Amino acid sequence: MNYSNYIAWIPLLPLAGFLILGLFGRNYLKNSSGIIATILLLASTVLSFFAAYNYFFIDGKIDGIYQSLKPVNYAWLKFTDTLSIDMGITLDPISVMMIVVVSFISLMVHIFSLGYMKGEERFSTYYSFLQLFTFSMLGLVLSSNLFQLYIFWELVGVSSFLLIGYYYDKPSAVAASKKAFIVTRFADLFFLIGILILGFTANTFDFNTLIQSLSAENSTIVAGSFLGTSIITWGLTLIFIGGAGKSAMFPLHIWLPDAMEGPTPVSALIHAATMVVAGVFLVARLFPVFAITDSGALEIVAYVGAFSALFAAIIACTQTDIKRVLAYSTMSQIGYMMFALGISNYGEDGAGYTAGMFHLFTHAFFKSCLFLCAGAVIHFIHSNEMKDMGGLRKYMPITNVAFLFACLAIAGAPPFAGFFSKESILHAAYESNMLIFIIALITSALTAFYVFRLYFSIFWNKEAHLHEIHHGEGTWTMKIPLIILGALSLLAGFIPFGNYVSSDGKIMHGHLDILFSITPVLLSVAGIAYAGYLYIKQTDRPQKIATAIGGIYTAAYKKFYIDEVYIFITEKIIFNLIGRPAAWIDKNIVDGFMNLIGNTTTKISNAIKGLQSGKVQGYALYFFGGVVGLILIFEYLWN
Amino acid sequence: MEITLYHILFLSTALFFIGIYGLFTRRNMITMLMAIELILNSVNINFVAFNKYLYPENLDGVFFVIFIIAIAAAEAAVAIAIIINLYRSHKTIDVESTEEMKF
Repeated sequence: MNYSNYIAWIPLLPLAGFLILGLFGRNYLKNSSGIIATILLLASTVLSFFAAYNYFFIDGKIDGIYQSLKPVNYAWLKFTDTLSIDMGITLDPISVMMIVVVSFISLMVHIFSLGYMKGEERFSTYYSFLQLFTFSMLGLVLSSNLFQLYIFWELVGVSSFLLIGYYYDKPSAVAASKKAFIVTRFADLFFLIGILILGFTANTFDFNTLIQSLSAENSTIVAGSFLGTSIITWGLTLIFIGGAGKSAMFPLHIWLPDAMEGPTPVSALIHAATMVVAGVFLVARLFPVFAITDSGALEIVAYVGAFSALFAAIIACTQTDIKRVLAYSTMSQIGYMMFALGISNYGEDGAGYTAGMFHLFTHAFFKSCLFLCAGAVIHFIHSNEMKDMGGLRKYMPITNVAFLFACLAIAGAPPFAGFFSKESILHAAYESNMLIFIIALITSALTAFYVFRLYFSIFWNKEAHLHEIHHGEGTWTMKIPLIILGALSLLAGFIPFGNYVSSDGKIMHGHLDILFSITPVLLSVAGIAYAGYLYIKQTDRPQKIATAIGGIYTAAYKKFYIDEVYIFITEKIIFNLIGRPAAWIDKNIVDGFMNLIGNTTTKISNAIKGLQSGKVQGYALYFFGGVVGLILIFEYLWN
Repeated sequence: MEITLYHILFLSTALFFIGIYGLFTRRNMITMLMAIELILNSVNINFVAFNKYLYPENLDGVFFVIFIIAIAAAEAAVAIAIIINLYRSHKTIDVESTEEMKF
């Protein structure tokens, strides 16, 4: 089957949906916009699955190695014969895996939103933004060169900005959307510099050519060095900073918790399952360059990822807003994926790569399930705060089960999806880096603790004070995605992922060692049990513990004051030391120069304006005098 | 005494400067217009004189004079029309009293 016949429709159908709903949705398609968007996305999802089936099972492999195909390529900006910016589509294991994940999760969110967003004033705008996001994300994962990826990278940033600020009459949502946009843009600045460095060094932007020329054993590329580090390492590090901004890695994570101001299905789609893993995807996309050039960049990826995983998990244990708990949990899990890539090698020892991608895959299901369940709970109870919830298992049986499944998955309880992916990450870490392995184990126990704290607080604990039960659990459009995603949280782990995705396209045999798994599973069970001990009934135990550890609890509750540090840096240092001097220069020197020109002109004109007296004879005299003067000059002074 | 080119040039120069003097000193626009006619006529005399004395076989200078006379007539018509309009609006044709067109 020829991919070029249909592959472009996968991103283009949501684009069409965005255009149709964006142009006509408000006035003509107000009620049907949800259905239109969902149908378009359903078509796109079916095509994605079809493409994935073809790629993985029919013709993706040549000699047992998955090839990188390029069914569509269109030279867009041609600079020289070798250097051009193309618009193309790449099919390789990770991009095919990503289009399946993105379109499927997006479809679930579209269906869920039919019920969740019903009756919203800007219903069709919401769907057009969702379609724009889906288009951009699909375009991002299918990109065939760095610059195209960068364009779509910015597009997902814009659609994330639009969707976070969806409730634009809420000042906190406006502030959150600005924060998300500015922080990611700040990181993207480094990303752009990194792209230019890599493009300059390899003399191409195309992924395949770039990877080949930068990672070949006897590479002919002569890369200079800067501050004692090779220029390629600098480029890769800068690119990773861009990825860290999008993937909310420490210290660029501050936008993600605030991004929860958007509608909850949006959080499920963008800030849990798809957009935030773009950074992981980026590192995976350039993984051969990262791994083979043997630079320090991959170590940076590993340590930043591991630190973010632990850091976010600690914060997640103290937050009371359920969406914020999930946001920090997302950050922590992305940290997992990052360090899994960071500790990996290319080829035979690429277990970490496969594990990271596997975790990305399973995480998308259980985390979007968690978010959608949280959405259903918020829909039911009209609050984000844990203290308003409790005992909901009686009112929301389906949500309860789906949430429990997803919690077990993220906690790594066998045989749920997260167990398999997390075990493979831990195993890969165990074999390559002990420090990161220990961090990962602690994080894993903390993860089990905080998700079950969340679970017990919502569905067990005390009875919530429900004023009146005026609606049920939600419409069937809200329940179906929960059921599907809950089931996938249970089943997705059984996919033999290493057969399909590996760093070099060959089959990667995952080893699931029962003995090895005992420790992490016991730690998870301990975390779950401790959460149950504290939260299954309403007690004062959590309060006592919080008081006992005092300072640490407060620091974690305040998110380790990172926001305050940012405010200090921006307002006290950047504004005072850079902003104000720059403003002074602008006001006094730049403006002053312009004012000088203007004032001088005015003065001269004032001085000579008397010449225009209105007296006709005066003018005639000037003219005559001029003629006489010219005659005198030509007659006597010329030559 | 034979009349040479220099005599005629002297005449036309005198006429030209009388015209210039009139143009700069008179305040009455009609008089200024007449002064301009004097200047034009001094030029005409120059043309005819140079034609007659230097290139008697050609008629170029004479043709120019005829053109200048025609143009002077048209110019006088336009100028007088302007002066009449000015008189209607300002009730005077004194050039000193029409100074609105200034800075």
